[in-house]
Amino acid sequence: MIAAIKQPGWIRGVLGAALAAAFGVGLVVLLRDVSGLPIWQTEQTGYPHVVVPLITGPLGFLAGFGCFDYWLRWAAGMPTIPDDHSQHGAKSWKDYFRFNTDHKVIGIQYICTTFFFFFVGGLLAMLIRAELAQPGTQIVDAATYNSLFSTHAGIMIFLFVIPVFAGIANYVLPLMIGAPDMAFPRLNALSFWMLPLAGMLFVGSFLAPGGGFDAGWTGYAPLSTGAPLGQSFFNLGVQFAGASSIATALNFLVTIITMRAPGMTFWRMPLLVWANLSTSLLVVAATPFIAGAQFMVLMDRVLHTQFFQFTGGGDVISYQHIFWFYSHPAVYIMMLPGFGIISEVISTHARKPIFGYRLMALALIGIVVLSYSVWAHHMFVAGMFSWLRVPMMITTLLIAVPTGIKIFSWLGTLYFGKIHTYSTSMLFALAFIVTFTIGGISGVMLGMVPIDIHVSDTYFIVAHIHFVLFGGSVFTIFAGIYHWFPKITGRMYDEKLGRIHFWGTVIGTWGTFIPMHWIGMDGMPRRVADYATQFGDWNLLISCCAFFLGAVQLVFLYNMIVSWRFGPRAEANPWRANSIEWLVSSPPPVFNFDEIPRVVGGPYEFGVPGARHAIMAGEGAEVAQPEPSVVGQT
Amino acid sequence: MYGRLPIAKMLAATVALTAAISAVMLSINWDGQEASTAAPKIDDLLNVMIVLSSFVFSLVMVMLFYALWKFKAKPGDESDGEPIHGNTRLEVAWTVIPTIIVLFGAGYSWSVLNDIERVEGNPMTVDVFSQQYAWSFGYPGKGNKFVEGELHVPVNRQIQFKMHSQDVIHSFWVPEWRVKKDNVPGITTTATVTPDRVGTYQLICTELCGFGHASMRAKVVVEPPAQFRKWVAGLKETVPAPYMESIRQDTGTNPAEPLGAGGA
Repeated sequence: MIAAIKQPGWIRGVLGAALAAAFGVGLVVLLRDVSGLPIWQTEQTGYPHVVVPLITGPLGFLAGFGCFDYWLRWAAGMPTIPDDHSQHGAKSWKDYFRFNTDHKVIGIQYICTTFFFFFVGGLLAMLIRAELAQPGTQIVDAATYNSLFSTHAGIMIFLFVIPVFAGIANYVLPLMIGAPDMAFPRLNALSFWMLPLAGMLFVGSFLAPGGGFDAGWTGYAPLSTGAPLGQSFFNLGVQFAGASSIATALNFLVTIITMRAPGMTFWRMPLLVWANLSTSLLVVAATPFIAGAQFMVLMDRVLHTQFFQFTGGGDVISYQHIFWFYSHPAVYIMMLPGFGIISEVISTHARKPIFGYRLMALALIGIVVLSYSVWAHHMFVAGMFSWLRVPMMITTLLIAVPTGIKIFSWLGTLYFGKIHTYSTSMLFALAFIVTFTIGGISGVMLGMVPIDIHVSDTYFIVAHIHFVLFGGSVFTIFAGIYHWFPKITGRMYDEKLGRIHFWGTVIGTWGTFIPMHWIGMDGMPRRVADYATQFGDWNLLISCCAFFLGAVQLVFLYNMIVSWRFGPRAEANPWRANSIEWLVSSPPPVFNFDEIPRVVGGPYEFGVPGARHAIMAGEGAEVAQPEPSVVGQT
Repeated sequence: MYGRLPIAKMLAATVALTAAISAVMLSINWDGQEASTAAPKIDDLLNVMIVLSSFVFSLVMVMLFYALWKFKAKPGDESDGEPIHGNTRLEVAWTVIPTIIVLFGAGYSWSVLNDIERVEGNPMTVDVFSQQYAWSFGYPGKGNKFVEGELHVPVNRQIQFKMHSQDVIHSFWVPEWRVKKDNVPGITTTATVTPDRVGTYQLICTELCGFGHASMRAKVVVEPPAQFRKWVAGLKETVPAPYMESIRQDTGTNPAEPLGAGGA
C-alpha cells in the first residue's frame, strides 16, 4: 500500500485529487473567515466551495499521477529519475493508462480518448434530434435541452475535433519529419492528461445543481454570468482543454522547427507538417483569448467582478469580441490539420505530386494571417459598432481565396494521375472536397452582411457549421484514421465495412444538414427546443437521417476495434506512400529510427524517375548524390 | 499538356450544370414572404450569390468527376501518374479570379447594406423592450403609449426601432422583413425597416436567452396608417417607469454612428 502511494499512478493520483480538493475547500473557508464572510455560502450564485476544488482537484490528480515528478525533483535539487526509456512503448493495454512519454503511445491515448468523447457528444446529438423530431416538448424540458446542445458542442469542439488532430499529428508528425520523439515528451504527456479532466468537467456539469451548462458553447455574457453552477464547470473545462491545446502547439512548433531530419528544408516538409505548423501558430496566439474570456466570466460569477455586468459598468459586447478573437481562428484550428491530411491522402492515392506545393503551403499561412482579422463577422447583428462590419466582411470573403486555392490544387493533383479509390481514406478525401465546397459557399454567403442579417442565429448557421465541421473536419479525421490505421496498429482494417461506413456517413450527412439550410432561411431560429409546426416534416426527416448517421458510426467503431485485434498484418507501406513514416515498420519501432534518416527530396515525388524523399540508415550508399528538391513549378 | 484535356467540353458541362442548378435553386422561394423594402434587395443579392455559387460548385464537380472518370487507375496498374508539379498560370488564375469574384460580392453587399440601412427624412421611432421571455413596445412619438406582446406599425412608413434589454441579450427578428438586431443590456441598438405589406407576422427571439427562448415571440401587425393611428390612440398604458429608467441608463446611443459616438 505504502509502495503504491509512493509510486506515481492512479492510486497516488486519486489521493492527490482528494487532498488538493480538500485543500481548496479549506482555502475558501479560511479566506471567507478572514474576510468576515460566513464560512459556508449563503448567496445563490458563485459556489466557491465547489469552484475552487474544481481547480485544485484536477491539478492534484496530475501531480499525484506523476505529470510533474521529473520537473519538481529537478527544481528541488533532488536526484531526478533518469529516463531509462523503460516507460517508452506500450506492451499491454494497461500501458495506455499511465503517464507515458512516448509520442506514439500519447498519440493513441489522444485518439482513443477523443473518439470516446465523439461518441458521447454523438449520443447527445441523438437526444437533441429525438426532441426535435416533432414540434412541442416530448423528451426533455427546455432547460435540459439547452444543456444538451451546449454540452454537445462543447465536447465535439474541445474534446473531439481539436484534440483528435493533435492526436493524429502526435503519432505521425515526429515520424514524418524523421524525429525520434516530440521536443518535450513530458510536456506532451501532461498535455494529454489534462484532456480527460476537461471532459470529466464537461460531462460532470450535468450533476451540478441546476443542470449542465446551458448558455451554448459560446457562453455569451450576461446569460452565462447569471447561469447556474454548471456554467463554472464549462469555464474550467475550457481552461484544461485550452492549456492542453496551447502546450501541444508549443511542442509542435519547437518539434517542427528544430527537429527535422537533416535535409528536410521547409520546402521539403509534407503538407501535414505545414498544416500543423500553421495550426500551432493559431493555437498559441488565439487560445489564451478564450481562456481569458472564460476566466472573466468565472470571476464575474464567483468573485463578483464586473467585466460583463452592465449594471456595474461592464461591457456586454466585449465578451463577444474576446470570445470570437479565439473562436474564429478556432474554426481554422479545426480545419487546417484536416487540409494536411487530405493533401497526404490525395497525393498518395492519385500517385501524383501535389499540384502547386508551395502555393498550398503559402495558402495555409495566408489563412493563418487572415483568420485573425475576421472575428467580428460573428457579430454583424450583435449591436457592435456598425463601421466594423464592412472591413470584416471583406477579410471574411477574402479568406475564401486561399481556401479555394487548396480545393483547386487538390483537383489539379488528380489530373494525369492514377487515381485509386480502393481505400476508404481516399473516398473520404474525395467526398470532403464536395461537402467542404458547399460549406465554403454557404460561408461566403454568411460573410455578406445583408444575407447574414437575415440568416444569422437560424438553422442556416447550424447547417453551415455542420457542413464545415462534420462534412469538413470529421471527414478529414476519418480519412486520416483510415490512412494511418495500418501504421498505428500494424493491422489492416476491413475495406468493405469502411465502404459501408463511408456511404452511410455521406448520405447521413447530406440528409441531415442540407434541409437545415432551407428551414433556417424560412424562419426557424437555432437553439430552440420547440418550433413552429410548419417545420415539422423537415425536422422529422432531419432526425431520421441523423439517427441513421449516428448508427453508421457504430460500423466504424466495430471495424476499428475488431480490425485492431484480428485484422491481417499490415506491411510497412501498404499505400506505397513516400513520406518517412511509411519507411519504418508498422507499427514503428519503439524509438522510431535506429539512425535518423536523411532527406534528399520533396515528399510527393510520385512518377519522378529516381526521386527519393528520404534515405534510411544503412542504405546511404545507394544514392551517391542527393538530388535537389524539384518541388515548385514546371 | 492541358491541350489533352477537353477544356471546351468541360466548360460547356460546367455552364450547363450551373444553369440547371441555378434554375432549380431560383425557382424556390428560400426566404419566404417579402414584407419590407429591404427584403427584395436582400433576396436579389441572395439570388445573384446562388448563381455565382452554382457556377463555383459546378466547376468543382465537373473538374472532380471528369478526373475520377478519366484518370482512375486500371485494376492492377501500379504505375505512378505524370510528375506534374504545378502550373504557374493556372495557379495565378485560381488565385486572381476568385479574388475578383469575392470583391465583387463584397462591393455589391456593401451597396445593398447602405441601401437598406439608409435613414430617410422622418422615421417613426418605436422602443423595443425585451426581457426573459417577453417583448413589449413603446411609441415615444405617440404619447409614450405602451403595449405588451403585440407590435403594430403603419405600412409604407420607415420605422426606427430603438432596442433595450432588461436582463440578457435577446435578438429581434421578423423574417418577412429580413431585419435582425440584438437587444443588448446596457446599450441601445437600432434597426431600421420600412414594412410595405399589410399583414400579421411574427417577431422571433433569435439569441439564446434561457429556457423560455423558443417561445419568446410577439405578434407583429402591419396595417394602414389610419387603422394604426386608431389602434395606438386606443392604448391605455404608457411606458412604465423602470423601462424609462433603462432607456436613460443605456450608455450607447446609436451604434450606426462613427467611432466613439456609441461608446460610454
